Amino acid sequence: MKDKIAEKLLLVIAFSAIGSLLLITFFIFQQGIPLIFKIGLGNFFSMHWSPTRGQFGILSMIIGSLMVTVGALVVGIPFGLACAIYLAEFSSKMVQKTLKPIIELLAGIPSVVYGFIGIVILVPFIRTHFGGPGFSVLASSIILGIMILPTIVSISYDSLIAVPNTYREGSYALGATKWQTVVKLLIPAARSGIVASIILGMGRAIGETMAVIMVAGNALKIPHSILDSVRTLTSTIALELGYATGDHRAALFACGAFLFIIITILNIIAIRVTGRRE
Amino acid sequence: MIVEASNLNLYYGSFQGLKNINLSIKENLITGIIGPSGCGKSTLLRVFNRMNDLIRGVKITGGVLIDGEDIHSPMCDLILLRKKVGMVFQRPNAFPLSIFDNIAYGPRIWSITDKKTLRDIVERSLTAVDLFDVLKNRLKESALSLSAEKQQRLCIARLLAVEPEILLMDEPCSSLDPIATGKIEELMLELKRKYTIIIVTHNMQQAARIADEVGFMLLGELIEFNSTKKIFTNPSDKRTFDYISGRFG
Ligand SMILES: Nc1ncnc2c1ncn2[C@@H]1O[C@H](COP(=O)(O)OP(=O)(O)OP(=O)(O)O)[C@@H](O)[C@H]1O
Ligand SMILES: [Mg+2]
Repeated sequence: MKDKIAEKLLLVIAFSAIGSLLLITFFIFQQGIPLIFKIGLGNFFSMHWSPTRGQFGILSMIIGSLMVTVGALVVGIPFGLACAIYLAEFSSKMVQKTLKPIIELLAGIPSVVYGFIGIVILVPFIRTHFGGPGFSVLASSIILGIMILPTIVSISYDSLIAVPNTYREGSYALGATKWQTVVKLLIPAARSGIVASIILGMGRAIGETMAVIMVAGNALKIPHSILDSVRTLTSTIALELGYATGDHRAALFACGAFLFIIITILNIIAIRVTGRRE
Repeated sequence: MIVEASNLNLYYGSFQGLKNINLSIKENLITGIIGPSGCGKSTLLRVFNRMNDLIRGVKITGGVLIDGEDIHSPMCDLILLRKKVGMVFQRPNAFPLSIFDNIAYGPRIWSITDKKTLRDIVERSLTAVDLFDVLKNRLKESALSLSAEKQQRLCIARLLAVEPEILLMDEPCSSLDPIATGKIEELMLELKRKYTIIIVTHNMQQAARIADEVGFMLLGELIEFNSTKKIFTNPSDKRTFDYISGRFG
């Protein structure tokens, strides 16, 4: 009897979780999509974002999001993979047991803290050593690159650890060195997990808002160098939603819907890639 | 004598896995190692290509000469040793790569990158294990799609690709059915013309069928080492007799 009640209760909770997700999704699309039809796809994906004049082109923000995301991957992939490989294959059990939780802890630090560190240390450093305003694509890329490390490291690490030991033995028995084994066998064997970690990291980088607002400068133009200021889709939503009304507000929801679609696609790819392992 | 062990002892920490082993293995013969579970057969085999180096806390005393060279001396190149002394494992461990890349794995490690040379090596190695005709149009497929027997053959071919002299086989047929086992045994008899084979087996009939000489181990000791005929018809040690007549193990 008690079991039955508990079961029913859990069912209700589960459904209300899924239900509220669906509701949010529906709301975003319902608020945003009509505007896209009103102004036309061509205008929505144009260069000009000028809400007071009724222009809602998001292209420069898409490019901004793209630049900081690619930048984050350029920073995050080499460090993340190096770290995962070191932890999985070259470090002692002791080091693994201490370092891995610490890296995973990085994921729990609020993004405003990352942004704060960016403003206090990174932005002035870039301004004095490389020039420009300091608030830039470069600063955003570095901060985001660090923020996606936990995702890349822990998923890549798990997939390297999951490679059966018999493969390593087989490789050593053929005369391979440890390094050769890692490069030629373990990375290909763990490929699906590594790719998934990168895609999930990418999703995190695209969606990240607070830290990026704090270090990106948010100027509404396409950056010409990595030292220029940049504005992303998420920043725009966060910066403008507070005062936006009417079509402007709808346009921000449309941005949200667009982001939603991109991130859903990335997640589906990540699930597909890992699912194919067997 | 291609392999000679003298007063070989091996310790896993404080546990002694091998006790004062002396044996000589002749070239181009199949040498079988038999004995009950846990007696140290795999441990002995793994001494010859120094796979025990990978296990923490292993200590080895005594000498092992391969081709007259002390394999534990600092002068010995471990990588070259493992090229010369190849190993086939109990469970087929074909890599999760294509069939071609599995065979080319060893040669590539030895810095062979020329496409034509690699193709020749792959063809030669697969032919040696009778797989080439079956697989020649499937070289790009994943090796994991093959049956267990074919995977084990592939693992042998992968070894042959680096041109070893000695093949160590640790219960290579234990995960195969009788028909596949028979085929792998035929293959071993063929390979012995070019290679020296040392095979660990649980299966006494198998040792009797294919081995020229057999060593019987018990609790880390090599009790008896003799020609197959002698071991199975007229063993000189009572414990060997007990084992082959099924008293224990
Ligand atoms: N890594 C290790 N650390 C400690 N002891 C080990 C290790 N590997 C093997 N041993 C011990 O050494 C002894 C011999 O093991 P080994 O694997 O060589 O036996 P085996 O004759 O191959 O047995 P089987 O027929 O079951 O494969 C066993 O008692 C085993 O418990
Ligand atoms: Mg064994």
